[in-house]
Amino acid sequence: MMRKRSQIGFISAVVAAGMAVTGCGGSQTTGGTEGASDASGSTKIVIATQSPLSGSQSVVGDAIKTGAEYAVNLQKEEFKKLGFDLQLSPQDDQADPKQGVANAEMLLSNPDVLGVVGHYNTGVAIPSSVKYEEGKLVMVSPANTGVKLTEEGKKVVHRICARDDSQGPKAAIYAKEKLGVKKVFIVHDKTAYGQGITDQVKAQFEKDGVEIVGYEGITQGEKDYSAVLNQVISKSPDMLYFGGIYSEAGILVKQAREKGFKGVFMGGDGIDSSELAKIAGDAVEGVVFTSIAGDVTQTAEGKKWADAYEKSMGKKPETFSVYGYDAAGVLLEGIKEAIKANGGKKPSREQVLEAVHKTKDYQGQFTKVTFDEKGDNQFADVFIYKFGKDKSEFVGKVE
Amino acid sequence: MEMNLLKNKEVPLLFTVLWIAVFSGALYSLDKSVIAFMGVLFSIILVYYTKGSNLIRFALGAAVLLLIIPLVAGDNRYYMEVATQVGIYVAMALGLNIVVGFAGLLDLGYVAFFAAGAYAYAIFTTSQANEFIPGDFFPLSGEWFWPFLIIGLIVAAIFGILLGLPVLRVKGDYLAIVTLGFGEIIRIVFNNLDKPINITNGPQGITPIPAPELLGIKMGTPFYFYFIVLFVIAFIVLANVRFEHSRLGRAWIAVREDELAAQSMGISLLNTKLAAFATGASFAGIVGVIFAAKQTFVDPTSFTMNESIAILVMVILGGSGSIPGVVLGAAFVTVLQVQLLKEFSNFLHGLQQSGLINLPSQLDPSKFQRLVFGVILVLVALYRPNGLIPAKRKKDDIDSIKQSKHFGEQQGILAKVAGRK
Amino acid sequence: MLSMLPQVLVDGLTLGFMYAVVALGYTMVYGILEFINFAHGDLFMVGAFVGTEVLLTFEALGTLEGMNPFVAFFITLIVAMAITGALGVGIERVAYRPLRGAPRLVPLISAIGVSFLLQDLVRFSEAIYRNEFYLNSPQLFTGSLELGFATVPQKAIMVMVIAIVLMIVLTLFVNKTKWGIAMRAVAQDQSTASLMTINVDKVIMLTFLIGSSLGGATGVLFAQNYGTIDPYIGFILGLKAFTAAVLGGIGNLRGAMVGGVIIGLLESLSGAYMGPLTNGAFGAEYKDVFAFSILILVLLFKPEGLFGEAVKEKV
Repeated sequence: MMRKRSQIGFISAVVAAGMAVTGCGGSQTTGGTEGASDASGSTKIVIATQSPLSGSQSVVGDAIKTGAEYAVNLQKEEFKKLGFDLQLSPQDDQADPKQGVANAEMLLSNPDVLGVVGHYNTGVAIPSSVKYEEGKLVMVSPANTGVKLTEEGKKVVHRICARDDSQGPKAAIYAKEKLGVKKVFIVHDKTAYGQGITDQVKAQFEKDGVEIVGYEGITQGEKDYSAVLNQVISKSPDMLYFGGIYSEAGILVKQAREKGFKGVFMGGDGIDSSELAKIAGDAVEGVVFTSIAGDVTQTAEGKKWADAYEKSMGKKPETFSVYGYDAAGVLLEGIKEAIKANGGKKPSREQVLEAVHKTKDYQGQFTKVTFDEKGDNQFADVFIYKFGKDKSEFVGKVE
Repeated sequence: MEMNLLKNKEVPLLFTVLWIAVFSGALYSLDKSVIAFMGVLFSIILVYYTKGSNLIRFALGAAVLLLIIPLVAGDNRYYMEVATQVGIYVAMALGLNIVVGFAGLLDLGYVAFFAAGAYAYAIFTTSQANEFIPGDFFPLSGEWFWPFLIIGLIVAAIFGILLGLPVLRVKGDYLAIVTLGFGEIIRIVFNNLDKPINITNGPQGITPIPAPELLGIKMGTPFYFYFIVLFVIAFIVLANVRFEHSRLGRAWIAVREDELAAQSMGISLLNTKLAAFATGASFAGIVGVIFAAKQTFVDPTSFTMNESIAILVMVILGGSGSIPGVVLGAAFVTVLQVQLLKEFSNFLHGLQQSGLINLPSQLDPSKFQRLVFGVILVLVALYRPNGLIPAKRKKDDIDSIKQSKHFGEQQGILAKVAGRK
Repeated sequence: MLSMLPQVLVDGLTLGFMYAVVALGYTMVYGILEFINFAHGDLFMVGAFVGTEVLLTFEALGTLEGMNPFVAFFITLIVAMAITGALGVGIERVAYRPLRGAPRLVPLISAIGVSFLLQDLVRFSEAIYRNEFYLNSPQLFTGSLELGFATVPQKAIMVMVIAIVLMIVLTLFVNKTKWGIAMRAVAQDQSTASLMTINVDKVIMLTFLIGSSLGGATGVLFAQNYGTIDPYIGFILGLKAFTAAVLGGIGNLRGAMVGGVIIGLLESLSGAYMGPLTNGAFGAEYKDVFAFSILILVLLFKPEGLFGEAVKEKV
């Protein structure tokens, strides 16, 4: 009996030991209780970003963060005049739902945080948004395309980009009408993103009477896709549509060309990366893809913005930088509205949420934003790109 | 000197009590001082090494865990969230400890049972179950969380037996590879079971999973999960302790030490191993239910082989077969994963932003996980094959047998023979 | 649908020969130490990276253009084999030898650790050196042989030829040379072999040297054949190669080769035909499930494998 007690005592000890170490890590999260923000008297206003800053998706995640950072830097002065100290708190969700939720809890425990720009992965955004909803913390997503995210009736969820059920059908219509595709083979990478978009593409093809000669899943991380490609070759389709990201797409298109595939290779925004050209080599030429992010440098004004961005942040904007910038812009606009409504005092999270939710005809650097009841942007567009020899070229907006 | 003090548990009781009082007081008056908070947490370690009877130490530990920490950190969601994550891994590591530590079966696919529990709760408390069960009975409400703790346990145990029946016929190294393969099979199957019948919703995952409910109170915040996890850990620890010296527990250890000898002593190898597999699995099942309820979303990416390996690292590092060791290992590895590496990388990001260093994003410390695990595994294997806190063997020497009140009675088969006379 | 069968078989054979050579490494170590060298798959990965780096260096120096592709290929192969061979010996010395005689799980745990270490070390060194952790290998052989019913790329022919040569050389070595005989003696009975003045440590070192360099060579073949590599290619491939070794009967060289080819073919066939045959209910994504299920079935019904001999347990 004594022995058992000593063990239980020890366990208590160790669990606490774990928390002790944790305590030092979370040191920046001290502050008043949640919900007391408007009464605490602090003049700090923090907006957070949540995106993968490490790992294979860190290029995009970093673009989102840097875009938001640029927006915050530009508006710091304006907030100072209003009497507030505006700060950015970048968080790394590691593209992992567990990490996203833990970060969300951390942000909720800091009453100065009034809004979140994020995420990149819909699988991370959904569970994290449950936590935001509990704390009435508004979230504006620059890049989540998963349909389910805004269909769950969470009031805090907003996004400024297009959804899969807009991108997918538009891609299919473009393929049929502009590329003259009659027979298509569909491959996806068995992830939430890849399957999500291919299902939309497939539905539209079926509706339009385009023949679907195959629908297969591949495993992420593999290097040999000959088994599936043999099926593709034997069906000789006009187009191979791939739902997934660039690392697999590059190998797939290279091996498909080696096997003598002559049709068009098309993908979604997941293959929107210069890395595709590196992996696929010469085979990249002619690859067509849709993206939810447009090319900001198409206009003179956009070019000026990109130059200023590069000067200020020390790197060229990536495709998603301007979306991070605009998402942060929407959020900051909402906060300013809320401050105004609150008589110049620091607003509560609910007030910010209300203000952001009411956003109408906000003109961002790239996209115009009006949120509908679900939090989707009515002005979200889908764009089409085509790869030349080594980099992608902007083709235009898909209507 | 200090080490001796710790080793012999000689920290004076007065010192510990004073420590707790000072830091709790500081916390109370200084309103959320971090240092004070850490001081309170550290007191638990002091409690373990305090001189005094076990009862006192137990009472002190319980007071800090159940009263002071929730009072102090209860309104900080983040502390409670991390504490909950630590608890979840502690509970799982204790389950794996039965399989690896007690029975000596190297299971590299343990996360499959965790997935089974999580999916069991997720499928039936969302409308997902309507996809393959005719009628409109689902979703079940959050009040079903409590029965599902038991259902998750049973489902995972059944999984354990089903997997165990074929797998346990192989042994040693083969078992490691086969369980690894099985873990991957389960994950791939869960990722693909959206057709022909949609059971798991494939890669899209299942959401929204309801939070537990009790008497109309929705228990969705980390504060409640902290207590739920504590409760489950208490249950699993109790089970571990009870099993360790039971007939079955001794059979496990016998099988671990020498299968052939155990078999010739009349232990049924398959049954014993199956029992270990099923018991370990069932604990993972319970934890899976909690995980699903806490996350509100499950998808196959949460159940990769890396998770299995991480849990194995916890067990091996702490001391396979040693209950306090496993708890320590799990707490350490989880804090390392969830907190330390991430904080370190945030710190480096800060340096990078201010232009002090230039760090390629692949060098991010939060991606050091595999490297750290690798180093831990090799070093532990080489220098401390029994872990940080090695398992102690109970000493049943001849003296203690003689002092036992059963000394002189005839037991087992002898008792039967004697009875027949 | 049958029209693609020859092509499927060609692709399956290419993959299968790679499994076969990696499986040899597993089977040799297991035959002698009765221990699964979990890190073997990662040595294969290191070989792929070393080989690709050699080719990239040639390319950067501008010498690749004028070089005979065969010469470039053999230089790459030899460098990769030398480095992975040495690495294998080093790993044995540091992480496995001190654990000889320890309980069986301990060296296995050490091997899992080494496997993780190798993955991240390669990743970090590539990240520092090239700022990304996957590599695209320059292609030496781009042509292909048109057979009418199937297309056989030159690089696939190179894979098969090299794999067969390596297997023949290894078989001759084990059966005909003094060291090969010593190796078999150690595999039979370590203590008796040492009484016969065989230096057991040296033989084990030699085993790791050969096994690891075979793995490294396969890495080069892999990089040539598929073009893109990352630090995680070794784990799953190693797992499948191990499956192949078990299928053929672990400890048996011929068994490993046959097992590798069988697994490769099965994978290719199931990937190409599973979807069409089940009308899309079970697609190509189940091909890994297929490979592992085979492993489990074999272990259940013929645990000694196709070519192995059943071993009675001694008390």
